Amino acid sequence: MITVNHYLLLSAILFAIGTFGVLTRKNAIVIFMCIEVMLNSVNLTFIALSRHVGNMDGQIFVFFVMTVAAAEAAVGLALMIAFFRNKESIDTDDFNMLKW
Amino acid sequence: MEVILFYLTATVAIISAVFVTQCRNPVNSALNLITTFLCLAVFYVMLESPFMAAIQIMVYAGAIMVLIVFVIMLLNLGLAVKERYTHGIAGAGVLAALVLFVANYFIRYGEATGTGGSVTSEVISSYGHTELIGRAMFVDFLLPFEIASILLLVAIIGAVILSKREV
Repeated sequence: MITVNHYLLLSAILFAIGTFGVLTRKNAIVIFMCIEVMLNSVNLTFIALSRHVGNMDGQIFVFFVMTVAAAEAAVGLALMIAFFRNKESIDTDDFNMLKW
Repeated sequence: MEVILFYLTATVAIISAVFVTQCRNPVNSALNLITTFLCLAVFYVMLESPFMAAIQIMVYAGAIMVLIVFVIMLLNLGLAVKERYTHGIAGAGVLAALVLFVANYFIRYGEATGTGGSVTSEVISSYGHTELIGRAMFVDFLLPFEIASILLLVAIIGAVILSKREV
């Protein structure tokens, strides 16, 4: 029998993998995709707990997380294109223009 | 049967998530990310939320991934250079393991309370999941829904302005 704890543990594992990817990779697009993995693990937590509690609110939150992820994708990728146009690279080591 | 399906899908999801972080070619990372999204859609179906599964496939695996793959192909990045070992990677591994252990501790020794809400399996099968979502979204969450539409408008304008060559 699959309980809610299985889903929570799975999403914790996915979140940890996403954290590792965000902290180790240099390519900004790969970092972005790791953030998507983290967002999706949180979505899984929301839906599992929503079904466990017997309430629809968690699934509506998933909706808004998806909205924010779509907006973030549009703006973030536009930022990367603008950055690539200036520096010919999207390596995060080159993102140091604001460094003091 | 459900247990076998859960463990099989969970294994695929975790392995493809690991490949997202480790592939040298960003296109391979994107394809593995799509696999992870599809596995999560399977979990949503198992959790009696078919509408969320459909949205997951259409919005994430469809729209967002098309955008990401489009940008990867547009920028035409090569393979990642062989990363030299730094202490940063070790620190990141320790931090990720710490996140996993803390979450594992809370899940194992805590208990998910607050059961017994109004939305049970019988309610979902009699009304339909889409209708329940629609009721919740357009009755209880009408204001956040409108704010989300404004957020999307701002994102569209921001993306257009950021990618213009000169403003």
